[in-house]
Amino acid sequence: MKIVVPVKLVPDLVEELLIDESGTALDTTWLSLILSEFDDHAIEQAILLKERDGAQVTVVVPDVEGADDVLFTAAAKGADRLIRLVGPFEPTVNNHALARAFAPVVRELQPDLVLTGVQAHSDLDGPVGPQLAGLLGLPYVGYVAGVRVQGDRCLVRKEHPGALLAEMEVALPAVLGIQAAEEPPRYVAFSKIRQAMKTAAIEEWPVDELDPSGGPAVRRLFQPEVGERATMLEGDVDEIATRLVGILEELGVLA
Amino acid sequence: MAVTIVSPRPSFSEAFYASLQEVADGERIRTCLQCGTCSGVCPFGYLMDFPPSRMIAALRARMFDRVLKTDTVWMCVSCYACTQVCPSKIPLTAGLMARTKEEMVLAGHVPTELQDALEKTLHYGNPLGESPRKRADWALGLDPPVPILRQVRRPVDVLWFVGDYASYHPRVQRVSRALVRVLNALGVDFGILGPEEQSDGDSLRLAGERGLFERLAEKNGRAFRRYTFREIITTDPHAYNALKNAYPELGIAYPVRHYTQFLAERLDQLRPLLKRELKARVTFHDPCYLGRVNGVYEEPRALLEAIPGVTLVEMSHNRSTSLCCGGGGGGMWLDGFQWEKARVRLSEWRVREAVAIKADILAVACPYEPPRFEDAIKMVEGASRLVVKDIAELLAEAMEEA
Repeated sequence: MKIVVPVKLVPDLVEELLIDESGTALDTTWLSLILSEFDDHAIEQAILLKERDGAQVTVVVPDVEGADDVLFTAAAKGADRLIRLVGPFEPTVNNHALARAFAPVVRELQPDLVLTGVQAHSDLDGPVGPQLAGLLGLPYVGYVAGVRVQGDRCLVRKEHPGALLAEMEVALPAVLGIQAAEEPPRYVAFSKIRQAMKTAAIEEWPVDELDPSGGPAVRRLFQPEVGERATMLEGDVDEIATRLVGILEELGVLA
Repeated sequence: MAVTIVSPRPSFSEAFYASLQEVADGERIRTCLQCGTCSGVCPFGYLMDFPPSRMIAALRARMFDRVLKTDTVWMCVSCYACTQVCPSKIPLTAGLMARTKEEMVLAGHVPTELQDALEKTLHYGNPLGESPRKRADWALGLDPPVPILRQVRRPVDVLWFVGDYASYHPRVQRVSRALVRVLNALGVDFGILGPEEQSDGDSLRLAGERGLFERLAEKNGRAFRRYTFREIITTDPHAYNALKNAYPELGIAYPVRHYTQFLAERLDQLRPLLKRELKARVTFHDPCYLGRVNGVYEEPRALLEAIPGVTLVEMSHNRSTSLCCGGGGGGMWLDGFQWEKARVRLSEWRVREAVAIKADILAVACPYEPPRFEDAIKMVEGASRLVVKDIAELLAEAMEEA
């Protein structure tokens, strides 16, 4: 079985986020990038499947700062192939462009399963998974928290709101948006990562052009601004309740 | 759980045994008498499936794989009590326990809390997961400003290795600022590395992450080499231990002292500055890595006794028998795990001892201790009046105008 895990790096919230001069994007001078948390789960799920059923796991990441650390860590955990997409990914690209960059790679690798994080906190134009599936003409199921492969289909557990779980059968090949791996992402000793740095090979695949069309244009990026419309109600519970009812009537929200 | 790389063949025990002999004095493990003193003195020995002496028994029976299937080695807080009492002088803590934890780490069997601390250290250079750029923010606004070597670019007499908690933890930052006042009052020419400083990693080394420790040491070594200084001092006994005992074999060797040794040497100069009286019964908690591991007992006490009004009292466990606060060997990041098994905390035991001798102040000299003991005070009946202060804080207070 072949599994491909396309991942992306996102701004690390430990550092302060600053807005650049244009006022439409983050200032990347001091920005630190880390692997998106849900992509970390996607890698873990892929490794779990490899350990359970045997598989070749390929991790694909765009060429940004920190990409190599992500790849070597994945190798130390058990990933077999490491691919870095080389192209104009910096300072940042939207998910339309990323999906279009990943699609030909997946097409060439011909995997049975594509696992990717169901979302990332930097997503502005929808997550990568469904767009990738659309470009490839493959089925997509998101919010997956459990995967069992059975021949040419897989059984996935999909999380729904309201603590509902659905079990769905999906024909392979398919793209799954991983919400949570079946186990929390494992710890890998640094000595193993160091070993991977020495022995693992990172393949560089070129991407000449990135096409972000279809994504939104950011008009303005700003920190939350203090509003002035709050009215603080004072008094005892009965007084406040009475006033509150009056306000709601005024606003026309009471039938 | 992930598939373990530990294979249950007898030869694993042999391979592990062989690797233990590579630790300094490791061959002494052959002379274990199975007397059980180590297991008896271990504060959590009674909770371990395999306390130290049973670990050695399992090793000799070629059944060490059984030890690795349990997780109770994570109850070890690397306090060195076992190492200290062993009649065969086996390096139990740094050898057996650290190597066993290393096998667990290599197999990925690490309790989640500790995993988090290790991953944060790899990424940010500190287990709290704070931005490395903010490592010297604790010193902002101080006057005169604390010299950060990369900015001042001049030789200093003393490089002060501050450490993780002293840099980032709000409670311990107060200790750092107190020491600045003391050093300035003494006219010490010092500097800090600030954002270039990485975790000393000693607790992580003893928690089994040898690889990460070496990487941190390499980075610290490179930072040290950039600057000119006569000696290193540190407020952190774990950093002191790493710099003094573990870094030299990596080619990084500088004269290093704990700040209490540095200040005790200057007592004649310090004493006249301690004008304000502090009328209190003060008891000193010997940190494991300052006292038991490195034999420094008297200098901290000399500093405390120099403060006018202080009555120094000793807890029932003191000096080499001091009871660990529970922070070492990964314990700082295993509270939930250890609590689940023990339903008691070592820090609470220690606070009870301080309460029993009617101490007003529990004096400490290690950055793990203020938060650990202050938390314990909240849990121990009758302890609400007890106050925790680092020696640096007490000295700084005594220096203030009355």
